[in-house]
Amino acid sequence: MPLLEIKDLHVTVGERPILNGLDLVVNKGEVHAIMGPNGSGKSTLAHVLAGKSDYVATGGSVTLDGEDLLAMAIDERAAKGLFLAFQYPIEIPGVATMTFLRTAMNAQRKSRGEEELSTPEFMKRVREAAGKLSINQDMLRRPVNVGFSGGEKKRNEILQMALLEPKLAVLDETDSGLDIDALKVVSDGVNRLRSPERSMIVITHYQRLLDHIVPDVVHVLSRGRIVRTGGKELALELEERGYADYQEEAA
Amino acid sequence: MPAVDETVEQVRSIDVDQYKYGFETEIETEKAPKGLSEDVVRFISAKKDEPQWMLEWRLEAYRRWLTMDEPTWAKVDYPRINYQDIYYYAAPKAFVAPKSLDEVDPEILRTYEKLGIPLREREILAGVQRPDGEGGGSRVAVDAVFDSVSVATTFKEELKKAGVIFMPISEALREHPDLVRQYLGSVVPVSDNFFATLNSAVFSDGSFVYVPAGVRCPMELSTYFRINERNTGQFERTLIIADKGAYVSYLEGCTAPRRDENQLHAAVVELIALDDAEIKYSTVQNWYPGDAHGRGGIFNFVTKRGDCRGPRSKISWTQVETGSAITWKYPSCILRGDGSRGEFYSIAISNGYQQVDSGTKMIHLGKNTTSRIISKGIAAGRSNNTYRGLVSAHRRATGARNFTNCDSLLIGDKCGAHTVPYIEAKNSTALFEHEATTSKISEEMLFYCQQRGMSAEEATALVVNGFVKDVLQHLPMEFAVEAQKLISISLEGSVG
Ligand SMILES: Nc1ncnc2c1ncn2[C@@H]1O[C@H](COP(=O)(O)OP(=O)(O)OP(=O)(O)O)[C@@H](O)[C@H]1O
Ligand SMILES: [Mg+2]
Repeated sequence: MPLLEIKDLHVTVGERPILNGLDLVVNKGEVHAIMGPNGSGKSTLAHVLAGKSDYVATGGSVTLDGEDLLAMAIDERAAKGLFLAFQYPIEIPGVATMTFLRTAMNAQRKSRGEEELSTPEFMKRVREAAGKLSINQDMLRRPVNVGFSGGEKKRNEILQMALLEPKLAVLDETDSGLDIDALKVVSDGVNRLRSPERSMIVITHYQRLLDHIVPDVVHVLSRGRIVRTGGKELALELEERGYADYQEEAA
Repeated sequence: MPAVDETVEQVRSIDVDQYKYGFETEIETEKAPKGLSEDVVRFISAKKDEPQWMLEWRLEAYRRWLTMDEPTWAKVDYPRINYQDIYYYAAPKAFVAPKSLDEVDPEILRTYEKLGIPLREREILAGVQRPDGEGGGSRVAVDAVFDSVSVATTFKEELKKAGVIFMPISEALREHPDLVRQYLGSVVPVSDNFFATLNSAVFSDGSFVYVPAGVRCPMELSTYFRINERNTGQFERTLIIADKGAYVSYLEGCTAPRRDENQLHAAVVELIALDDAEIKYSTVQNWYPGDAHGRGGIFNFVTKRGDCRGPRSKISWTQVETGSAITWKYPSCILRGDGSRGEFYSIAISNGYQQVDSGTKMIHLGKNTTSRIISKGIAAGRSNNTYRGLVSAHRRATGARNFTNCDSLLIGDKCGAHTVPYIEAKNSTALFEHEATTSKISEEMLFYCQQRGMSAEEATALVVNGFVKDVLQHLPMEFAVEAQKLISISLEGSVG
């Protein structure tokens, strides 16, 4: 059953067309990898799904669970189960990570008509999820992402994903900036969240992430379109041959 | 429901109307003739049944004021005020100072109820004695000032037992004339500045507090000011004295109806702390700020100054400024006693077309005096927000220390934040530290929060609360929650 359905999507950023007729179907429980050269539009896809304001869909449609995603506000999309792990997580001075997590969780619960989490319940969930990602209490007390190392920021993204339990997670280069050990921690974290009810789109440049998070489908994005789709072996082929073929094709 | 909780609850329940205090109370009033003259000054003094010296004092102020010019150095821009077009005195008609709350005009009581201000002693008392013993000590004695007169003061008896005097200044002039005479104008002299001098001539009411030597005031004291009448200025005068070793915490709150015209508020607050005494003065200023187009709103020109007169005394100002069309306000400390300490914690928020020029002065006169300034300015909409601060050390003030931290947060790109620090050190042992930052709530920050499920308002409130929390923690507990909510309300409509 399709969870995400993108049809002929056209997106411009400040007059400039970036996505030019992108089609993509992600079924429930599947993990799709999107690879492609720098500037091909991978982050643009992630941002337009999340609803960032300067990214304008000029044509096509996107549905999540059959609902028109593009018609929803940013926070509404989040409450419907869309999560974006940022390529460059944002720093928020003065706001303790703990406070941020709690505000986010309760905001989503509120818009779904659920009760706020009690303090002990919240603490229990955070402690468990943080422990699995080797995030210590001290980090949770610090302001969101401020002074975090590259690896800590990425782990913090996965922590949020674990706590918010999305239906569809889009991970934008979550492997960049990670050392080998951190890559293992993060991918284990992601793998634990794989379930028949949850789909993921993993944007990456490197096969090594896909060694850990083994995708069901691999796509190549070039010049704003999906130009090839295959199984996990496609990633290996790309690693060997680069993108030269696809840049030709798209031209 | 306990009154304080109720207050918080009421503040919480507003989401439609940004300024919920904008209603007007229908009540018959008695006014002085419009405009300012010696006769009006005499009228006010006579209404209050004041001693002759007080009338002389006022008249001197009035004559001085005639020779003074309105200051223009602040970064605020407003149409000329016509001082002859203002009523300087308005009192609920047939007003006789009430002996108990039951004698207060029910319309006025309803007004305070609507404002969420706890006036009923019984309710407040009910609020304290929580059976589970949780959150005790939230008793607050209130003095309520409606236009030009004080209409109710609560907990008088209990305070009296502790020896604390807490009453309208007009009453103190009759009951404790010597105390008032000794201290009035001793911190802010009659001719201090244009607005303070005006206040000295026409001030109508305000609170008087005297805490005797060695006494720790058994509860929070607070005054709520309400401007109700049209075309009426409010000129209140507050005088607080903490005698040797005494401690008092005092809070003031203020609101006004929504009106198209501008109204003038020119208050004077004087604090005196004798040896080893401590005064903590908190303000939640929420005068009507004007509408979305910058029409109406209060012109708030206020002189607040504390004198750490005795050695090791301490004065601490905490302010949350969210209202007024124009704010001109510099709560200051004169650190006269050796080893005395001054503190200034400020959150100043401007939205719409509001203009804020606020800050503090720390004047180090005594040896080993210390001061600390934490200022958080938040500008949104088309507002302008200026921090103006002076730290000075005089020749005798060896070992003076100051730490200043002054941060500005911008929301949107049509507002402005400015920092104007003045530093003067006349001796080489003074050590002054100054830190300042300006940051912006960026699109990126909001997007990140919204992607996690928060609305734009929730996201802004989260970031702003993070920004102000260092100051918020200096407010008395009961008011911190209220202030936090007020901050969110005053920033509504600033994003998206
Ligand atoms: N906010 C923006 N303003 C202007 N141009 C933008 C903006 N966002 C993206 N672009 C442009 O759109 C194109 C696609 O960018 P995008 O970030 O989607 O690429 P990407 O595939 O994620 O690249 P990388 O692999 O380097 O992360 C680039 O040419 C980029 O400069
Ligand atoms: Mg990218």
